[in-house]
Amino acid sequence: MTAATDTSVASASLPMTKALNAGLRRAMLDDPSVLLMGEDIGSLGGVFRVTEGLIAEFGDKRVLDTPLAESGIIGTAIGLAMRGFRPVCEIQFDGFVFPGFDQITSQLARMRNRHEGGLIMPVVIRIPYGGHIGSIEHHQESPEAYFAHTPGLRVVSPSNPHDAYWMMQEAITSNDPVIFFEPKSRYWPKGEVRFDESGTPLHASRVVRAGTDVTVVGHGAMVSVLSQAADLAQAEGISLEVIDLRSISPIDYAPILGSVQKTGRLVVTQEAPGFVSVGSEIAATVAERAFYTLEAPVLRVSGFDTPFPPAAVETHFLPSPDRVLEAVDRVLAY
Amino acid sequence: MATKARTRAKQVDAQGGDPAGTLRDYYEQMSLVRAFELRSGEMYARAKIGGYCHLNLGEEATVVGLMAAIEARDYLFTGYRDHGYALLRGLSPERVMAELFGKTTGVSGGRGGSMHLFDAETRLFGGYGIVGGQIPPATGAALALKYQESAGPDAAAVMCLLGDGTTNIGAFHESLNLAGLWKLPIVYVIVNNGLGMGTTVEKASAEPELYKRAASYRMPGLRVDGDDVLAVRDAARDALQQARESRQPVLLEVMCYRLRGHSVVDPARYRSPEDTTIAQQSDPVPSFRAELIASGVLSEADATAIDEAADARVTEAVTFAEESPEPDPDDLFAYVYATAVANAPSALPGEPVMDAL
Repeated sequence: MTAATDTSVASASLPMTKALNAGLRRAMLDDPSVLLMGEDIGSLGGVFRVTEGLIAEFGDKRVLDTPLAESGIIGTAIGLAMRGFRPVCEIQFDGFVFPGFDQITSQLARMRNRHEGGLIMPVVIRIPYGGHIGSIEHHQESPEAYFAHTPGLRVVSPSNPHDAYWMMQEAITSNDPVIFFEPKSRYWPKGEVRFDESGTPLHASRVVRAGTDVTVVGHGAMVSVLSQAADLAQAEGISLEVIDLRSISPIDYAPILGSVQKTGRLVVTQEAPGFVSVGSEIAATVAERAFYTLEAPVLRVSGFDTPFPPAAVETHFLPSPDRVLEAVDRVLAY
Repeated sequence: MATKARTRAKQVDAQGGDPAGTLRDYYEQMSLVRAFELRSGEMYARAKIGGYCHLNLGEEATVVGLMAAIEARDYLFTGYRDHGYALLRGLSPERVMAELFGKTTGVSGGRGGSMHLFDAETRLFGGYGIVGGQIPPATGAALALKYQESAGPDAAAVMCLLGDGTTNIGAFHESLNLAGLWKLPIVYVIVNNGLGMGTTVEKASAEPELYKRAASYRMPGLRVDGDDVLAVRDAARDALQQARESRQPVLLEVMCYRLRGHSVVDPARYRSPEDTTIAQQSDPVPSFRAELIASGVLSEADATAIDEAADARVTEAVTFAEESPEPDPDDLFAYVYATAVANAPSALPGEPVMDAL
């Protein structure tokens, strides 16, 4: 059993799994109505060990091991929320959310609107998502567009341990349902987590690297790919401004539009297939709202419009720094 | 059609049994539901109610019996055939009819409509338009009760209504397994009217005696005649008592007939003449009325007065609904989220999206 992360210090270097664990623990300490539920989250600590140690500290009533029943888990969380709880559901892998999709999109998302604001639905659904871990379909997917398309849901994804720690706590205190996408390829690299202040609100996007020539936008694991691309571009004398979306629904356009006003060029990136995607939405909105400042068409760099490929070729499917730079070259050619 | 006891036990027993006042109350409630549903069908035909509308016609004894068993402290979840339950849970006919009309004075300002009647105050937690949508949330509410209250005769419980067709969806199995596993204070009530829209129970369920499915979850399962208001009430009361006092979930199957189609637009051509005849002969409203008159609980004049009062009550509700205002498109975004976030979309179609930069 690992000891709980000490959050009384100013900061610590943690992997995202531990930062999420510390965020969940902090939320459970702050509010007794917060409880966790999911498959193998208790004594096993979750497939990715995000909930490790929490059952020992909070007991099996607040860290609830459930049967394999995604619709049952999410629907049960809805009923708990109706009686004042703040449930956090873990979905084991991205592709496993679909058996619970009906409860999320037909019930959870709409309950408040349907009943004229007569209740709140403070439910968080944690979903490890994305590729780069050498697995296959159902275990490497990026289904965020399905949820972003659904009014009534908030959708977020941290790209680093600090954001993971704070965004988890903010998601839990939100009175709206939050689909919390955790980029599993970023679970293990360590990063500094500052325990004294968050710095950025849950639904704000953020410029993580200032630049002047091309704006590149992404979320989750794409942010580190964009940083690598920016390093490579810098060596060639091209300055990329990198924006971490953080919130997928709603999208905070102010930093994006501000950046595009400066660069006139935008490349939007994502691991998900590009057709009817989050990137498509951003491209359309920027075209609508910043048409006269654009020097080139907005380009998207996405996963291909296929099911998730065999592990051996995932590096072709997932946007790489090279594919991002190809798009950067194309927008600079205008 | 599923078989059930064709000969009903005599409901009104001159020796002991329920006080005349209680029986009279039940008849008043059945008469109100009947009048409300007949008028709802009429208002639909007159295009005052749009979309779809599912009536409790023929199920009045079930509705009244179940609502006589449930206590104010209990939580009720239902499917889409929910008008009668909402009325007897204490929602005014005005607010319910206005919701059917889609007016701002409705239970949910017209947003929920006929299929999503909801009222937190009376602990009616919906009305669900998707078959079985209510089963997992109802199970979660029962888990919350288990966490928040001790078992005992004064504890609250959950009653979750569902139709016969609903027993074949995955969420039914997932939820009953959770309830059985965690010993939750919940009674699942299958209102079995023999037809999932137009498909019979026998064509849809490998085990058409639906109450037997309870065995899979180590739960008591029982079947009761849904045309017998007192039998329904007593069975539901017993089941709720087990849920309250022993945290023992129960599966109760109530056998009844749907007098009309699945919704008001369904002419029910799939029903045989024999089946329609049986449904009409089993109609619980006239038979309960006749029994009360025969046993002296009501005179013919009393019964007629009750029916006329119910009709007048519904007329008031229709007038209220008709005179109520339509929703304002400007309010469309008002309740989608509890917390406003900058940059969230709120433009209506047709409004300019090109902000000056």
